[in-house]
Amino acid sequence: MKRVLNRLAKNPLAAAGGAIVAFLFVVAMSAPLLAPYDIGAIDAKQVLNSPSWNHPLGTDGLGRDVLSRMVYGARVSLLVGFVSAGLACLIGLALGAIAGYFGGIVDAVIMRFVDIMLCFPSFFLILAVIAYLSASIWNIMFVIGVTSWMGVCRLVRAEFLTLKQRDFMVAAEGLGAPPSRVIWRHGLPNALAPVFVSFVLGVAGAILTESALSFLGIGVQPPDPSWGNILTEGKSTIEVAWWLSVYPGLAILVTVLGYNLLGEGLRDVLDPRLRER
Amino acid sequence: MAAYLARRILSLIPLLIGITFVSFVVIQAAPGSPVELMVDMNPDASPELRERLEQYWGLDQPTHVQYWRWLRRIAIGDFGVSFAADQRPVLDKVAEALPITLLLNALSLALILLMSIPIGVYSATHRHSTIDRFATVFVFLGFAMPTFWLALLCMMFFGVELGWLPISGLQSLDYEGMSTLGRIGDRARHLILPVTIASVTSLAGMSRYMRSSMLEVVRQDYITTARAKGLSERTVIYRHALRNALLPVVTILGLSVPGLIGGAVIFETIFAIPGMGRLFYDSVMMRDYQVVMGVLVMGAVLTLLGNLLADVMYVIVDPRLRR
Repeated sequence: MKRVLNRLAKNPLAAAGGAIVAFLFVVAMSAPLLAPYDIGAIDAKQVLNSPSWNHPLGTDGLGRDVLSRMVYGARVSLLVGFVSAGLACLIGLALGAIAGYFGGIVDAVIMRFVDIMLCFPSFFLILAVIAYLSASIWNIMFVIGVTSWMGVCRLVRAEFLTLKQRDFMVAAEGLGAPPSRVIWRHGLPNALAPVFVSFVLGVAGAILTESALSFLGIGVQPPDPSWGNILTEGKSTIEVAWWLSVYPGLAILVTVLGYNLLGEGLRDVLDPRLRER
Repeated sequence: MAAYLARRILSLIPLLIGITFVSFVVIQAAPGSPVELMVDMNPDASPELRERLEQYWGLDQPTHVQYWRWLRRIAIGDFGVSFAADQRPVLDKVAEALPITLLLNALSLALILLMSIPIGVYSATHRHSTIDRFATVFVFLGFAMPTFWLALLCMMFFGVELGWLPISGLQSLDYEGMSTLGRIGDRARHLILPVTIASVTSLAGMSRYMRSSMLEVVRQDYITTARAKGLSERTVIYRHALRNALLPVVTILGLSVPGLIGGAVIFETIFAIPGMGRLFYDSVMMRDYQVVMGVLVMGAVLTLLGNLLADVMYVIVDPRLRR
């Protein structure tokens, strides 16, 4: 673990990514301390003010402070990113481990299912399910999670296919350990490194998807703030209030960039074979 | 080649059935049957009418029978009728929107190929040069870019600030009165922003793949051989290396199709383009399940076709497979 961190720190891009991610963590955790105004505080006299000393990032159409709303938006994206990517990794790990370990017909069924899921443009699938469930932050996290586990599943399956041949796995089986124990205690710990990389990159993807959904009005619902739904208002006031369009998008870009850089850096450190590709 | 393609097409059939199955499960998961939706709007509806309607739609049958009936209907292209006020067949609506999305995607794919191959080749042959560094930065930004935000910024800058490009729809209000040439120009001006923005993410990915694939190939022995026999660097790169480096890229191109189709929801909504993505979004908002399901199946089928197309291209560029 320490070795990994050391080598990450030596890669300037990964270090930058790590710094961005750490910064966002701090912002999200201390949102109540950092936000200068109440996020719901409507002020009819301060509608669509451009950035100033009192409101560093301006105010929106209801006179609410944009900086405060963006600070709370960091919480939303962090929550959605981690829960969605976490769910995707759990499903992928479970199905991938089962497919790779048992092989045969179980493997064939699971992998065909993966192929089928990959055929659906994921945004269509997400929207279709959101049409039935109502749009809420929990539903979004659930839907993003269940539509983005396929990559992890393939990865874990491939790991298990090779792990299965290794002596310690054969030995564990020979000693009479049940499949659940062999998979859980001996297989999974050795298959986790690439999944960790997928998780970090998955957080980036989930944040992008959430912001797009919120922007389209089917994600996080106002008055709860999210970077995506601030942009929705930015679109309708595009000709008069540039700050509503510029800052939230920049926040999304930098956040996703941070997770991507960190993920790529981790991949380099954890799997030297993939370097310079 | 024919045998190979036939095998590929056959292997698509189970996938196709799987797609319809998943779509059907998603329909079934929807709370409230279509009957309830219709009856709820009419306070005079009696329980007998409900039952008759349920029989009429086959909703009293067991689930597997319903699936089979639905499958038979969509096999002949009958996706049902839209719940919207116009009550038009789903297939008509899709047929109207599909060509627009296909046009956008075809233009995007062309743009992606035209840009990413030169960028990737140049980056690989001039590694660590200024342009390569710029390309790398562009790739990372492209991956992290929320496309809808980029669209918003471009609308703000090119549309509102400079007034160079139209920011919504596919044609101007006076389109009907224009000459043929004027119409083509008008269409092109409307397409510039959506096509460019739709391409950004895949363009970034593709340039990256092209670069790494090229780096992989120039390390091979036959490239050293080609250089050793005194061929010019140009010939080595473009005749010997590029052809081989394109192989994995073709596969990736096929895989990028679902992303392009899915992304259509975002930029078609922003730019008010009446394509599949917009149709899907509107149907989702109106809870028009029939259209939602129709488009869902069509989107997946398009992806399958995209993958098949990638396979065909693969056979064309790789003579080893032509036997």
